[in-house]
Amino acid sequence: MSSLEELLAAIRQNLPAQKVDYPEIPTYEKQGANLKDKFIVNLGLSGGESYDVGSIDEAKEIMQQKLPDTRVTCSATSEWEGSKSIHDIAHPRELEDVDLGIIRAEFGVAEMGMIWLTENSLQVNSLGFLSQHLAILLDPDLITENMHTAYRKIDFQASTYGCFVMGPSATADIGAYLVRGAQGARSLTVFFLKQ
Amino acid sequence: MSKVKVDQNAADFIYMDDIHQPTHDKNLWNARMKRDTAASSIPEWEQMRDLASQIKEHTLTHLDHYVQQFVTEATKRGVTVHFAKDDIEHNQTVYDILKSHHATKIVKSKSMLQEECEMGAFLEARGIELIETDLGERIQQLSGEMPSHIVMPAIHKTTADVAELFARTIGTDPNEDDPKQLTEAMRNNARPKFLEAHAGLTGANFAIAETGAFVVCTNEGNADLTASIPPLHIASIGIEKILPKTEDLGLFIRLLSRSALGTPATRYTSHFMGPRESGTEMHIVLTDNGRSRRLGMEDFWRSLKCIRCGACMNTCPVYRRSGGLAYGATYSGPIGIIIDPTFDESKFSELPFHSSLCGSCSEVCPVRINIAEQIGLWRQRMVNINESSKTLHYAFGAVEKVFANPKLFRLAEKAAYYGMKLTPNWLLYHKKLNAWGKHRELPEIKKETFRDWYIKNRLKK
Repeated sequence: MSSLEELLAAIRQNLPAQKVDYPEIPTYEKQGANLKDKFIVNLGLSGGESYDVGSIDEAKEIMQQKLPDTRVTCSATSEWEGSKSIHDIAHPRELEDVDLGIIRAEFGVAEMGMIWLTENSLQVNSLGFLSQHLAILLDPDLITENMHTAYRKIDFQASTYGCFVMGPSATADIGAYLVRGAQGARSLTVFFLKQ
Repeated sequence: MSKVKVDQNAADFIYMDDIHQPTHDKNLWNARMKRDTAASSIPEWEQMRDLASQIKEHTLTHLDHYVQQFVTEATKRGVTVHFAKDDIEHNQTVYDILKSHHATKIVKSKSMLQEECEMGAFLEARGIELIETDLGERIQQLSGEMPSHIVMPAIHKTTADVAELFARTIGTDPNEDDPKQLTEAMRNNARPKFLEAHAGLTGANFAIAETGAFVVCTNEGNADLTASIPPLHIASIGIEKILPKTEDLGLFIRLLSRSALGTPATRYTSHFMGPRESGTEMHIVLTDNGRSRRLGMEDFWRSLKCIRCGACMNTCPVYRRSGGLAYGATYSGPIGIIIDPTFDESKFSELPFHSSLCGSCSEVCPVRINIAEQIGLWRQRMVNINESSKTLHYAFGAVEKVFANPKLFRLAEKAAYYGMKLTPNWLLYHKKLNAWGKHRELPEIKKETFRDWYIKNRLKK
């Protein structure tokens, strides 16, 4: 097998002679943007829903109405107790029976209606993807404007995994018809609730 | 390798029936229109394309430095980085890692690099059970076909095709042709495979030198399932995927899915910075496979800027008509035309002629690759190395002579009028001689040429 030195030698032999400089990248922030409103609109574009709530009980009530058949709930945040404890999970596959996963997002991105999750907020990463449905808690003060400002917030040394999630999973691979609920969550509901 | 007969392959698609080609055309044009809407909603869009292009060119002209930095940082995070100079080394490395972990059942998300290396067939021949988890890739795997599009691998198939395929291969009701139900059937079929897999394989859309992180973009959530359940994650990454800094991602994530499908971003933008928990492993196979050589090609190195969005395919009138399988290569469409010949000039020598040179690909490319110009340069190259089609060679030779000589040109104009009038339609629209004739009437040729008209109406007046 090749070594790093061999790979580098092959590259150096072929490097274009004329070098190109690294540019300045603006953050393209707009004056006076209402970040929460933008977040709600863009989350809606990808089929996610959002609610202002005053308490966890209110959020539970809404989920109960939306998904009355929910049996197994599993929460990665101590604010909301699920029926299955995430602390007892020995292998990520044990979350395969979860109907509703509950996670507190680390922050949101207005431009995309996205939320940022890492293993710190997920506890077990597969919770975000094996759960049939997701309920996400988001502090409305933690919404950043766009992808440029979002990447400035992230400390990549603080986690081994991080994911921007934008609404429920989706595919259009059969006849270009949009279907929500491909391999990951079938629905995603955001509750605005201060931390 | 025998030459890809792109015209014949295209004819097979166009003449299949009256449904496949028009549907294909419509679906891809829709993606192009959605891209335009998304792009025009962002005032800084064109500036973002400039910056993205510049960052890619900066990285490629300093690639040795950034590769070294990426490897150092990823290693610091506990990732094992392997190096592969070509497809054979890539496949062998992946197999060796799997073997040392006794991994025989694997799930994978979409990786064009793994496609390019024909890794699936290599591993299957060695007893590995491999499941594609991206729906489109799974459809292609079950069909025994290559992906026909880099973002929508099965876009050349109709819903009825998939219904028939799933009935035959995973036991769905043959009368079930609702895309939602078919997607659901595959969701249920794939789920146990994620749970029992010994290893998960992914590619990467971007790799960040500054942190050693790599990024995978999907809509289905299949890459995250692939990476979050099995104890072993292997990522195949081409050396051209490297970007210097985390902040670069801000630009590229904004551009990628808007260019591809007209959506603001993919549903999942996943960042991997090291093995998950104790007892799990992460391996990267950093692969060259012709990329360093391409970097040294003065006319063609900028094709390495490609972020695999597929916008050039969606907009291309020739691609939309011929279907992606016609190109007989991992990479189809305009970007395929300029990449594929770097792997095999003889096999892919006809590809550069499969283009109208309209330039639409260059106009939509989010990293401003001069695709159309490179297609033109590949044509020259094919003629120079004597790999162009003999028919085209003589035809263009004749055209050159006619255009260079006014008398001959005038004669040819008249000849075209009588020729077209006399040629029966069955010959003009013959599927073997003119695959492009179907659904396309030629315009009527006037008996009076422009020159005749000009002399009569404008000269001397």
